[in-house]
Amino acid sequence: MAADAILTAVGLTKEFKGFVAVDDVNLSVERGSIHALIGPNGAGKTTCFNLLTKFLQPTRGKITYKGDDITSMASADIARLGLVRSFQISAVFPHFTALENVRIALQRKRGDSYDFWRSQTVLNQYNDRAAELLADVGLTEFAEVQAAELPYGRKRALEIATTLALDPEMLLLDEPMAGMAEADVERITALIKRIAANRTILMVEHNLSVVANLSNRITVLARGKVLAEGPYEEVSKDPRVIEAYIGAGHG
Amino acid sequence: MAGETRVAKAITPKSLSYAQGMPRHHLALFAAFLTIAVLAPFFLYPVFVMKVLCFALFACAFNLLLGFGGLLSFGHAAYFGSASYIAAHSAKVWGLTPELSILAGTVVAAFLGLIFGYLSIRRQGIYFAMVTLAFAQMVYFFALQAEFTGGEDGIQAVPRGELFGFISLEADRAIYWLVLAIVFFGILFLYRIVHSPFGQVLKAIRENEPRAVSLGYQVNRYKLATFVISATFAGLAGGTKALVFQLASLTDVHWAMSGEVVLMTLLGGMGTIFGPIVGATVIITMQNYLATFGAWVTIIQGVIFVIGVLAFREGIIGVLSRKIKKPL
Ligand SMILES: Nc1ncnc2c1ncn2[C@@H]1O[C@H](COP(=O)(O)OP(=O)(O)OP(=O)(O)O)[C@@H](O)[C@H]1O
Ligand SMILES: [Mg+2]
Repeated sequence: MAADAILTAVGLTKEFKGFVAVDDVNLSVERGSIHALIGPNGAGKTTCFNLLTKFLQPTRGKITYKGDDITSMASADIARLGLVRSFQISAVFPHFTALENVRIALQRKRGDSYDFWRSQTVLNQYNDRAAELLADVGLTEFAEVQAAELPYGRKRALEIATTLALDPEMLLLDEPMAGMAEADVERITALIKRIAANRTILMVEHNLSVVANLSNRITVLARGKVLAEGPYEEVSKDPRVIEAYIGAGHG
Repeated sequence: MAGETRVAKAITPKSLSYAQGMPRHHLALFAAFLTIAVLAPFFLYPVFVMKVLCFALFACAFNLLLGFGGLLSFGHAAYFGSASYIAAHSAKVWGLTPELSILAGTVVAAFLGLIFGYLSIRRQGIYFAMVTLAFAQMVYFFALQAEFTGGEDGIQAVPRGELFGFISLEADRAIYWLVLAIVFFGILFLYRIVHSPFGQVLKAIRENEPRAVSLGYQVNRYKLATFVISATFAGLAGGTKALVFQLASLTDVHWAMSGEVVLMTLLGGMGTIFGPIVGATVIITMQNYLATFGAWVTIIQGVIFVIGVLAFREGIIGVLSRKIKKPL
């Protein structure tokens, strides 16, 4: 166990009608680190994210964030504590422009979101900050484009910008770079490195060179169980890990 | 870059020109609505026009919940009808002035909305519709059994009274202006809600609820607030209607009333601004001219509705909006 854990899970288990998707997982993410969660398809990585952010109710186990037990908390309240997730299937507000997507996150943070009597023009106060965030992910020229019209990789970038708009203390990123062009992967890798300076990141990523480049620590999941944990050099040499990947057809 | 050509094509808020905090074409349409409504009583039977106005407000209130909150209530007659009864009772038995009678009805509708909304908001889809229907049926049976509602007869001969205690509203031409003011400002207020920071969150929830949750929005609170606002304005419409017709009856709380407002909203175009107004106008006009067909009205209405929905999936205004590529 890490000395200064920001997020921990103990005995985390999720059963779907007899099928165990996440099986007694122990996880400890050190504050300020970039922690990668890897594993073959269907290993239970996304399910883990869903449990940690309470989008799914764990069958068993305990989750703590900054020392507080969040096992029985609601998803929105967990997000308000500064533990914010993104989704594997790109989650944007399709009929909002890119700028409006980011603004909706900025707006939550400032807390005027129940004002039903004011004109939405007050939201223009967030335009500058939103434009900065879009610039960070290379979407400046797409600010006024509806999210639905963006190519897949751009949607992923938009989702990252929206997540960052909340300025969360900890981010859970589920395959943030899936479907991105090579140049964008580099841009987002650099961005993640930069934002990690004062944040903690737990990310699922299939691109192993990105994982090697970014992460301080790796947890390997296979068939719902933790197979190995440690720094990249160690984990990548672990014969069980190699076997799990080959066994699942990853080579 | 492939995206560059799309920038020009996409419809964005910036491509619309604004005035008075709303897109110019909305301003023009509100002005047109007001002009028509001001002239209408000189050409048409005022009570008929007032009926259209009350139902337009009712449908707009319902549309806030369905079109922007994504919640299909099948029990909105509960709020419309209870406000109708309370307003009628306040005016007739307690002798309250018309504005206070309407206010009393509206407050009761809001309160019922808070309770029923709180109890049903956690249900999804068809279950939500069923729970709201169940609550509305409770209100119906209460209205049927209670003393003050007058059972099958309802509350009849409700005095329209004097506005603020000194402006007589007994003449149709007099109460008309009060009704128009209530409906016009009611609809404008609903418009503002949709185009407020709150409305923006509502649309975000409708667009992608899990994402809204992951950003920390406590979506059930927004849904409940929307439910209460919707019930409140449904009540405002119901209370006003009671004074116009000088009558509160079981029709107002009947499930068929809940169905009618769904129909108006869908036919006009849910999630549009002007759709419910058009939907209410079409349905009420139809009922008015088909009245001679007696029981067949319901069937004819059903057939027209089915044809309407098949022909314009997004409702009359929804289709129009897509054609001209502007939100209506
Ligand atoms: N709601 C659900 N009901 C039933 N089974 C589920 C559910 N969600 C996930 N599973 C199953 O749990 C297993 C783990 O799925 P999960 O999505 O967590 O995998 P993953 O590691 O994220 O995979 P990938 O790399 O493909 O994203 C899969 O076998 C999946 O079919
Ligand atoms: Mg996954």
